[in-house]
Amino acid sequence: MKAKVKAGALRSSLAQTRRRIYFTNVNTVLEITDLSVEYPSREKGVGKKLAVNGLNLKIQAGEVFGFLGPNGAGKTTTMNVLLGFVNAKSGSASIFGVDVRQPIARQRIGYLPELTYYYKFLNTEELLRFYGTIFRIPGPELERRIDSVLKLVGLEHARKRLIKTYSKGMQQRAGLAQALINNPDLLILDEPTSGLDPVGRMKVREIIERLKGEGKTVFFSSHELGEVETVCDRVGILNQGQLKVEGRVEDLVKQYQCHLEQIFLKIIGYEAAS
Amino acid sequence: MRNAFALSGVVIKEMYRRKDFYVLFVLTVLITLVMGSINIFGDNQIVRYLKEICLLLIWISALIIAVTTTARQIPAERESRTIFPLLAKPVSRAELVAGKFLGCWLASGACLLVFYLFFGVLSGTREHSWPVLNYFQALWLHWIFLAVVIAAVLLGSVVFAAPSSNATICLVVIIGILFLGGHLNRVATNIPGAPGTILSVIYFTIPHLEWYDVRDLITHDRPLINWVACGLATLYGLGYSTILLILGWAVFRRKTLTL
Ligand SMILES: Nc1ncnc2c1ncn2[C@@H]1O[C@H](COP(=O)(O)OP(=O)(O)O)[C@@H](O)[C@H]1O
Ligand SMILES: [Mg+2]
Repeated sequence: MKAKVKAGALRSSLAQTRRRIYFTNVNTVLEITDLSVEYPSREKGVGKKLAVNGLNLKIQAGEVFGFLGPNGAGKTTTMNVLLGFVNAKSGSASIFGVDVRQPIARQRIGYLPELTYYYKFLNTEELLRFYGTIFRIPGPELERRIDSVLKLVGLEHARKRLIKTYSKGMQQRAGLAQALINNPDLLILDEPTSGLDPVGRMKVREIIERLKGEGKTVFFSSHELGEVETVCDRVGILNQGQLKVEGRVEDLVKQYQCHLEQIFLKIIGYEAAS
Repeated sequence: MRNAFALSGVVIKEMYRRKDFYVLFVLTVLITLVMGSINIFGDNQIVRYLKEICLLLIWISALIIAVTTTARQIPAERESRTIFPLLAKPVSRAELVAGKFLGCWLASGACLLVFYLFFGVLSGTREHSWPVLNYFQALWLHWIFLAVVIAAVLLGSVVFAAPSSNATICLVVIIGILFLGGHLNRVATNIPGAPGTILSVIYFTIPHLEWYDVRDLITHDRPLINWVACGLATLYGLGYSTILLILGWAVFRRKTLTL
């Protein structure tokens, strides 16, 4: 009896959370407060390594935010916390007002990991169908979505092929298709263009711009500063786990009186050999 | 729960697209048929011997399939990084564990069905009797046995880093229990002092997998097992599986997932 009541209460609180996710029109899509993440160090003699150090960040609905930083700055780690892969040492993060530790916080997210991945034994269509089921997209609707995302990323012709037979660029596009299957409002893309040829990069950039046009929020990491300049509303530069600079691209350029690339180099402490 | 079913669907798909099951099934059939071809006169003794061999092969094959398939599930998700896009969806880690368990258990159940069908046809054509209910009991208990095995291997796969060492450790423990589990208590009462007590404690905590091995009853054409006993064994096995799964989830729940 007691257990029944408890389960009922749980269900209704879950329903409440869902309703909050669907119906509140919060402008802050992503909020990170005082976030620190620690790893057991890979170096000898050092106990722990602070990969993210006191990070604060707010992203508004409809923004395209470029998360910049050199290799090892902590970009992937930050995203890993947002997706619940890694636990924060301190601080908190929420997406659409829901703590990222709750699975339901991920209902409206699309995520593209840094490195490619695939189930060896599934083709793209089956993969998308599997993920769609997890998002509880009803059957006919799901088939329509699969058609439309495959068309968007240009993989209709290869939908019945195993992803492992794809080229790198095609795998990345399959990754994007997977990230878009639930028609997400927030996209978290970890270096979506790294390792792609110019055509592949262009294609990914087009997709990001298209999503921006649809009013989606995009949070992506990169060190391709040129493309960041063209697609981002706002950027943040991370170095050694700390956010050094954050603001609109034009404002930063005005403030520093130089290109984004030079700002980036200055901030990470790179001195050009003259 | 729906997520768990979706996940189990992927496990099952993987199982039938891989060759392991077919290879072991064909091997079992071939060895049994070769053994069977010796039996020209339909001698009772030889039919019994044939059934024994076939059931032994079925037990070995099913154990290998269940352990190796389960052991690689979560490590493979991590290694191929498919776990990242998966857990970036609204899936909890509890659902992931439950889904992997369900998938492996249902898939090995399907394998068992094929194996026992072959066994039934084989012994039926030799003996001209069809004790379907007896075979069903054996299959059912075997399947419950595999539930415990799969839950244990799943727990092992989040505790031990390498899937191969996990599979080896689990196989050794399971086979150890199958051979020794029933005798520990008798040995314990013969050993005085602390070692004896420890043995008794072990006897009362291990899952008694040997109960599920009813091959002798089949080969010797014994009457049906009491259905109540079957039901209790089912509850006992599923209870143990649940405990092992909860332990697995507890270990996996807060695990940091990075490369
Ligand atoms: N699993 C891990 N264990 C230990 N250290 C790690 C781990 N993952 C990342 N790091 C360290 O944390 C820091 C941040 O890494 P990461 O977030 O991957 O950087 P980025 O994505 O910006 O290149 C790096 O110094 C890296 O070596
Ligand atoms: Mg990275």
